[in-house]
Amino acid sequence: MRVPELTVPTRLARLLGRLPATPPAWLLVTSLNQLVKRGVLPADMELLAERRFEVRLVDAGVSLRFAADSRRFILDRQPGEPDLRLSANVADFARMMLREEDPDTLFFNRKLSIEGDTELGLIVKNLLDSVDWHETPLARFMAS
Amino acid sequence: MTLPELVCPAGSLPALKAAVDNGADTVYIGLKNDTNARNFAGLNFDDKSARSGIDYARARGRKVLMAINTYAQGGNVSRWHRAIDEAADLGVDAVILADLGLMDYAVRRHPDLRLHLSVQGSATNYEAVNLARELFGIRRAVLPRVLTLDQVRHVIEHTDVEIEVFGFGSLCVMVEGRCLLSSYATGESPNTHGVCSPAKHVRWEHGETSLDARLGGVLIDQYGKDEPAGYPTLCKGRFAVQGDTYYALEEPTSLNVMAMLPQIIDIGVAAIKVEGRQRSPAYVSQVTRTLRAALDAAGREAQRFSVRPAWQQELGKLSEGQQQTLGAYNRPWK
Ligand code: SF4
Repeated sequence: MRVPELTVPTRLARLLGRLPATPPAWLLVTSLNQLVKRGVLPADMELLAERRFEVRLVDAGVSLRFAADSRRFILDRQPGEPDLRLSANVADFARMMLREEDPDTLFFNRKLSIEGDTELGLIVKNLLDSVDWHETPLARFMAS
Repeated sequence: MTLPELVCPAGSLPALKAAVDNGADTVYIGLKNDTNARNFAGLNFDDKSARSGIDYARARGRKVLMAINTYAQGGNVSRWHRAIDEAADLGVDAVILADLGLMDYAVRRHPDLRLHLSVQGSATNYEAVNLARELFGIRRAVLPRVLTLDQVRHVIEHTDVEIEVFGFGSLCVMVEGRCLLSSYATGESPNTHGVCSPAKHVRWEHGETSLDARLGGVLIDQYGKDEPAGYPTLCKGRFAVQGDTYYALEEPTSLNVMAMLPQIIDIGVAAIKVEGRQRSPAYVSQVTRTLRAALDAAGREAQRFSVRPAWQQELGKLSEGQQQTLGAYNRPWK
């Protein structure tokens, strides 16, 4: 399965941008915690604790903000700059997650931008890379 | 005719599996500390992941090598010794070492452990390779990317140590194993700390019109809006020299030897290495799959071999920098 070359149409993006971002952020945080709990995401929470993250879906105009404490991921409702901001279009995030595309490749091609603490960015990237999807029901969606 | 071994990188268990699944003969890995030259936060293997990786590869008839290729630092040599003990205990097929002191330790402690001389050992001629053979019984040497194909042949003809060369990946400026450039901006370099441009010293700043790369506070490059970016290494920065701003040391390029595979096979290279333990499983799958196909085709077709456009495209997309090069292999120098 290849992710098609699509961007979210501007009109839809305008609509999405006006919806509250909390439900999708909540969904993201809940899924991340599920993955940690089931041992799929081998997160060393010590490295992530007290750090604030933002995932910006550029074409959709949506920003998902979350943080971590020493045990789990939590919603981030504080104002101010996150420690790490990752921005890309929805399709490129999907390619990265499905292992169709290497984050460094997207970065070289300026399709992924990393702002803030570069080392934290590396920790997050390497964490996602170390997830063994073979062991989960999601395996069949992954690029081989 | 035997084909050279295809040696692929893995910074995580999924990357190791990706390499094996896509046709690597051998995978090389490192531990989670500064005993290897890709000491990045969150990357590399602990005891558990190394064991499952080795089991996975073995079950499919492939080999696993452990890179312990930095230089042991004064006052803390025991960490490097422990890494060698751990590799022996894990039962890896060989360790890749650069430091001669560590070779000596490995030979004494683990006489059955197979030793490879790392590219960081910077052995560029057969005398150096043969000396390491005499002293420590090394079985393979990885040549730095500074030799022409003729020079590689010359080394092979004068040694019975297996010779491994680089086939694909980001290029270092041509002084491999001897570069301290990164120390000037960050105090850390590959041989001493296992990293060039450690992430904690890197800052990407998004300006109105440009993306600025800073290393240890020093501005090393500025990318225009859609201009391709590279790794923030000092050697690939653009600097103002006598009123001109340009890549004063090296342009960001990637090595790609696909076009030369028949000659590489012909001169008796034992193994071809892919750079990139810091890259993700997606990269490892794509490079391994492509080079496997190319290597098999080169073995079948010999001089009739030609690089398929689809392979070139696949690898081109993954490269750092806008260009790919045959590197030193086809330089005219003698
Ligand atoms: S500064 Fe450049 S040449 Fe030196 S180790 Fe880093 S990448 Fe290699």
